[in-house]
Amino acid sequence: MVDVLTGTFTVKSGHAQMLKGGVIMDVVNAEQAMIAQEAGAVAVMALERVPADIRADGGVARMTDPAIIQNIMDSVSIPVMAKCRIGHFVEAQVLEAIGIDYIDESEVLTPADEVHHVWKHDFQVPFVCGCRDLGEALRRISEGAAMIRTKGEAGTGDVVEAVRHMRAVQDAIRKLQNMPEDELVVEARNLAVSLELLTQTREEGRLPVVNFAAGGVATPADAALMMQLGADGVFVGSGIFKSGDPAQRGYAIVQAVTHYNDPKILADVSKDLGEPMVGISARSIPQEELLAPRSI
Amino acid sequence: MRIGVLAVQGDFAEHIAILRRLNVDCLEVRLPEQLDDVSGLIIPGGESTTLSRLMSIYSLREPVQDMARAGKAVWGTCAGMIMLAHEITEADPVPLQLMDIGVRRNAFGRQIDSFEQELDIAGLDSRPFHAIFIRAPVVMRVGDKVKTLAALADGQAVAVRQGNLMATAFHPELTRDTRLHQYFLDLAAAPAGGAGRGS
Repeated sequence: MVDVLTGTFTVKSGHAQMLKGGVIMDVVNAEQAMIAQEAGAVAVMALERVPADIRADGGVARMTDPAIIQNIMDSVSIPVMAKCRIGHFVEAQVLEAIGIDYIDESEVLTPADEVHHVWKHDFQVPFVCGCRDLGEALRRISEGAAMIRTKGEAGTGDVVEAVRHMRAVQDAIRKLQNMPEDELVVEARNLAVSLELLTQTREEGRLPVVNFAAGGVATPADAALMMQLGADGVFVGSGIFKSGDPAQRGYAIVQAVTHYNDPKILADVSKDLGEPMVGISARSIPQEELLAPRSI
Repeated sequence: MRIGVLAVQGDFAEHIAILRRLNVDCLEVRLPEQLDDVSGLIIPGGESTTLSRLMSIYSLREPVQDMARAGKAVWGTCAGMIMLAHEITEADPVPLQLMDIGVRRNAFGRQIDSFEQELDIAGLDSRPFHAIFIRAPVVMRVGDKVKTLAALADGQAVAVRQGNLMATAFHPELTRDTRLHQYFLDLAAAPAGGAGRGS
């Protein structure tokens, strides 16, 4: 009898590889999930409230009611992701129990543990985690994350933080590739990551897992910008269903991610999209209300 | 010889990396006119619903069907297998109907049921192939002209070939094993219309 292995890091990170070149859209009900699938989303993130509303409402943001998530899972054939609070491994167990395809251990929800993240190796289901720089990314991977997304600043519609974080990751990798081997131990210590993961990143010239951009993408041009900066794909949270015409905007952003290097197609798909989400400048948000610095 | 890899969505970069290791000239295909320059096409893993939508939007369906019918080699992995099928068990996505096979999507369940195992493949040397199945399909119906290259212990076909066309439910592009890519390159190098060669 042949050994059949499930829940391995290969099948977990391999799933993220199938999402590459795609757009993952936040949805709050089955109707939105179907619109997202029809627009060409590669997966949906099932939520009770999109980040813009979480930001506006304040209070404690927790895992979404499993009944809402299951309703969304039943409505589409593309993979469904859901968020647990940072460090809340029981919310993660609940999500795994309902058969979710991917868990986002997310700074958009209120952290449950300000020191430790979920030990993700214990789970069969793969995890995606946010990062602002290479150190955060590799620490999450060593905890078992099978996919990374740069954090950006969720719920703003302002792409500036997404750009900052993507550039930080890419710059750190370029620096690593030019670094003499005998300086790697100190670099690993400075970044608080393992030498093994750092060496692997240096050899491959990229993160060891798929890296999507997130947090502030609102237009097709924003999405293509993140792709040209080196993202493998894009999460769009509030940017689609907080806009005037979600179906059309979703469809345009999907095409912008495929044709990110073709300005003529980008021009075509950017036309007549109606109102984008209103947005708030990330700079105008008080430091203590920023989501990205939560748990590093 | 130049090989195209459909690059509208999915793990096309992983296929290209393997082709480069085999010193093959390759092209990311996003628009129909790019198909004129290739001798064979790989449809990669990805989300079949998304692939199907984007192939329609960019008018890629007919040109791919034409090149396959003209005898050029086409290989689909996972979502690519779904696209090559004649029929699938759900209404969506709409396959290209190039191979005489019926396919079931997500045949093993959701992501937590994804798996990897060793697989014997007809036409390769005797070493087993490390096969990675991710939300994978299986072939439910194998047509008369289709040869099964590999099956699971329960008999379900997961690698098939019909003349110049081949499909695998798993992802050779996620391994370092180049044998199936080499097998495909041999198909692509055969004279056009070479249906049935070696089967």
